[in-house]
Formats: sequence, C-alpha cells, structure tokens
Amino acid sequence: MANTSSTHDVKVLGAWPSPFVIRARIALNIKSVEYEFLAETPGSKSQLLLQSNPVHKKIPVLIHRGKPIAESLVIVQYIDEVWSSGPSILPSDPYDRAIARFWAAYVDDKFFPSLRPIKSAQGEEKAALVKQVNEGLVLLEEAFQKSSKGKAFFGGDRIGYLDVAFGSMLGWLRATEKMGEVKLLDEAKTPGLVQWAESFCADGAVKGLIPDTEKIVEFAKLIAARMKGSGSS
Amino acid sequence: MAEVKLFRTWSSPFALRIVWALEVKGIEYEMIYEDLSNKSSMLLQYNPVYKKVPVLLHKGKPISESLVILEYIEETWKSKTPSLLPEDPYQRAMARFWAKFGDDKILPLIWEAFIKQGKDQEEALVAVQENLKYLEVELRGKKFLGGDAVRFADLAFGCLANLVSVFEEVTGVTLIDREKFPLLLTWMQNFMDAPKIRDTWPPRDKLITKFRALRETLIVKEPK
Repeated sequence: MANTSSTHDVKVLGAWPSPFVIRARIALNIKSVEYEFLAETPGSKSQLLLQSNPVHKKIPVLIHRGKPIAESLVIVQYIDEVWSSGPSILPSDPYDRAIARFWAAYVDDKFFPSLRPIKSAQGEEKAALVKQVNEGLVLLEEAFQKSSKGKAFFGGDRIGYLDVAFGSMLGWLRATEKMGEVKLLDEAKTPGLVQWAESFCADGAVKGLIPDTEKIVEFAKLIAARMKGSGSS
Repeated sequence: MAEVKLFRTWSSPFALRIVWALEVKGIEYEMIYEDLSNKSSMLLQYNPVYKKVPVLLHKGKPISESLVILEYIEETWKSKTPSLLPEDPYQRAMARFWAKFGDDKILPLIWEAFIKQGKDQEEALVAVQENLKYLEVELRGKKFLGGDAVRFADLAFGCLANLVSVFEEVTGVTLIDREKFPLLLTWMQNFMDAPKIRDTWPPRDKLITKFRALRETLIVKEPK
C-alpha cells in the first residue's frame, strides 16, 4: 500500500479546540499522510458530519476513500493499521499494547471527565475535582516512568499511542490551570510528565496542533457566554 | 500453575466477555471468583486503578478493562482460531466502534432505564430504543454482528442476550420490543444458544434475585 495519498482521499472532520480531533491529526502526521481538514463551524453540525457519524454526530470523523470512521482512538488504530509501512503508533508487544490501551481509556473515562468541569467549578466541588485530577496525574506519572523506560515518550524514543491519547489533552490541561487558577502539572509531583509535555508539544508530528492556552481560554469563555445567552445548554 | 487466570464474579457481564473469548478460542484458563464486597489482595494488586473484574493474568502480568483484554487475547493467541477481529482495517474499526458504542451508550442507557421509574423511566426507554435502532440496522443480512459467527462486537453486546429478559422481569417493563427489534431479538437468541457460549450463562434465578435487590436499593425516585 502506498504511503502517500492524494489529499481528497483522506479527510478529517473536526475543529481546532477538540483534543479528540488533535489525536487523529497527530496520527496522520506520524504517518506523513496528507489530508484535507474540514473545519466544523462551532455551534452547528455540517450535513457531512451528520451523514458520516449519524450515531454520535460528533467530531472527529476520518473519511478515507469515502468511508467514515468515528471515535478518536478507533481512528488512531485504523491509521496505524492502514499505513502500516509508516512509523508504528501502537507498540509491537501485545502486553505493551494492552498497557497503552488501558491508560488511553483511562484518559477518556476518568481523567478528562474530571478535568473538564474544573474551570467553572467552585468551592468543595472544585477541590474534589482537582484532587481527582492530581491523583490521576500521579498515576500517569507512574505509567510514564514504566512505559518510557528512561526515554522521552510513553512510546519510547518516538511518540506513540498513549503519547497521542494523553498529549492531545495538554492544551485543555494548561487552559484549565489558567481558568481554574490551579496548578495541575507540577515539577515536584510529576517531573517526568512536565518534561514529557514539553517534548511532546515540540515533536514534529504535534507542532502547531496543540492550541495556545490563551486561545483555548478565549474559546471556553465564548462557549460559556453562548450557553448563558441562549438560556439552554 | 495455570498460565492464564481470569478474575471474575459469578455475574459480571464484563467478565463474561472474557470467558467467551477464551472459550471460543479454546484457550485454557483458571477462573478465580471474587466477592466484590470483600476484594482479594490479589485483585487489589492486579487492578489498583479500578479494583474491578475482569482482570486477566497471563504469565503473572495483569490486564484490566474488558475491551483491552479482548484485544490482548486476540493479539497474543494469533494462531488460535477463530480470529475475533477481521483482517480488514475498516472492518476492524467498525467492530471497535460498535463495541465502544455499546459501552458508552447502550449499556449505560439500559442501566438508567433499569434504575428509574415512572416518567423518568419512560424517557430513558425512549433513549435506549433510539440507540438500539442502530444495532437493528447493523444486523440486516447478518446472523451475528461479526457476520456468520460470534466475533468481537457480539462479545461486546452479548450480555444483552440474558440480562435484557432479567431486567424486563424485574421492572415489569419491555425493553426490547418484538415488533420494533425483530433482528436484535433473533440475534439475542442466536447468541444465547451459540456453541461455547451457551454453557456459560449465570443461573437466571440467581440473577433475578440479585437485580431485584439491586433495583430496590438503587431505584431513583421520581422528582415530586
């Protein structure tokens, strides 16, 4: 299978703020696959999106040769398997793959859901959420130490599945620190992750995709205002 | 000492997925039953993050989260047929998509309908049925979600085959309507009776007792 494809062969439906969309784009970059990025307008869903992901009506959707795939981690695995001659995203050993998948699922099932509400939470609720996120970061630090084996990334020398799954969240992590006036990634508690975050954002496949913290903060304020204004969520 | 051990409870539908995968592929394993009200130190050691079943222990190394375990089994015992996932990357993506859809939408919505009552339950049932429609469509022209035989997506949804009727008996409400979901009901029966699967079901009367008691403690009162 050729490693290159014409731009219209591969499309990503998405939006710049979404960490889930970022995952798909990083994966395509790892494989040096050119693609067309179709940006959804915030607040509305295109016909193409509704047709390609009728079940969830959410981004990202990868459209490859006209066939749509939804769910960011399903997309990343698909990209890894289709463009198999490019650098591997998942590790090769089945146990290492299981560990990567486990922690990626943890990011989605536990970590991100506790991170997201912090920016608008108050008092006790906020403290509880911050505690949960911090505990999660300690777990992820441990996972990082085990997985990286002294190298820069969860995937070792190169970014891999878990780097993509977790690293895609860094924009929102930093924006949450700013909006929630709370420190989450801490050199004292999670030194490995602090270093990793820098290396990840500087990686060739990632560069330009993690939005500036300020931009996300502005975007989050816009969404909050829109929700208040419309009187419904 | 068995090379493969599975930590499970007698009733956990997620652990059953692993039983099915191991049975279907003919992999030898030892079952270790947990009492979740009194978790073993082994379970806490092997799944410190969630402290739940299933946990697969292979050559002393633990793996948690049922869908992660299924992928591990598939990749580790490559020579053991049948393959749970197809060869084609797009078909694989579809199988994974449906499995995730089950865990993220169908099962939680069914649970909502189970623990609610009155108008809340009615609303939850509507949501369940809206989403089950996708499965009904997916089953057109197929005996199983995986095609001719039980595969990855079937294992993911398999618990519906016995739990739906348990829930219906406990709540007195129809979850899956014969007229609206004929293919789904046929699939449930086929899965129930499938070779290797049919001998694994937990005792129905025990399930009724358990879920009746659970509903009593968890039932969400309608807001006044």
